[in-house]
Amino acid sequence: MTLRLDVLLAILGMALVTYLCRAGGYALFRAFRPPRFVEAMLQHLPGPIFIAYVAPALATQGAKGFLAAVAVVVVQAATRNLAAAIAAGVAAIWGLGMLA
Amino acid sequence: MSGGAVAFTRRGVLRGARDAVPLVIGTFPFGLVVGVISDAKGLSLLETLLMSALVFAGSSQLLALELWTDPAPIVAATIAALVVNMRLAPMGAALAPWLDRLRGLRLWGTLATLVDHSYALSAAETRRGGRDAGYLLGVGLALWCFWMLAVAIGHVAGAVVRLPPGHPLYFAAIATFCAILVPVWQGVRRDLAPWLLAAAVSLAAWWAGLAAPWPLLAGALTGAALGAWLETRRR
Repeated sequence: MTLRLDVLLAILGMALVTYLCRAGGYALFRAFRPPRFVEAMLQHLPGPIFIAYVAPALATQGAKGFLAAVAVVVVQAATRNLAAAIAAGVAAIWGLGMLA
Repeated sequence: MSGGAVAFTRRGVLRGARDAVPLVIGTFPFGLVVGVISDAKGLSLLETLLMSALVFAGSSQLLALELWTDPAPIVAATIAALVVNMRLAPMGAALAPWLDRLRGLRLWGTLATLVDHSYALSAAETRRGGRDAGYLLGVGLALWCFWMLAVAIGHVAGAVVRLPPGHPLYFAAIATFCAILVPVWQGVRRDLAPWLLAAAVSLAAWWAGLAAPWPLLAGALTGAALGAWLETRRR
């Protein structure tokens, strides 16, 4: 169980900036009332954030990535069960990988 | 978002923790990978757990570990964490309707647990009219506990649990975000154009060779800006 000073400092540096990211965005907007456009943007942010995360990740997988994503969305919409949707996606990517 | 009083109750925390459990299918393999790589890079179990407990953001940990050296790259690891985790800043701001009602440790402590998944579930919860901010903390705490467990198992098991690159289980992380998009969708008129733009911009940035957080940030911000522009123009 070693804890080296250089490793500790690197961890503390990472932890500090990560907390600043988590709390800083909120603190900034509480201090300065955002303009209406920015407020509307924040309400629109959830969809585009996850789309922009998912699109390049799916493109890396090729066509089977997009097919598996369709399976996830269909199962989630039909069952409203997140575990089932995730399992369907993993099963689809596994099955499509076997075909290819 | 909904009006009315925002609460912070134990029931809300527990409900958030329960809703977080299915997400563990996606985060657990990720935690195993972080544990295995920490071990491979020469970090002790204590150092690995300390990093996972305090940083608690898998993609930034993974990126920092990729460029790990001995002695530890203090500046490079800090910058890597800053760039990858910048995406979290607008999430806290977007949850202001809940967070504005909290004070002290409840506010700043809850923010310490903020991750993509807890934000996504909480955003969906506010859409449904949820007014218990404890929900956000509950999701974050449950994911933190499973995260520590997965990283510890990964570190201890070392090479034994190493999944080959491209193993289907890695897709669980992406699938989680695809599924989360379903309850976020509010109809063609509001969401179709912004979501398509977000996809197009993120793909263009990715094809242009931009590294980790930039395709995400560019796509998210342009998509949200289009959504806001369309909405303010309609009024």
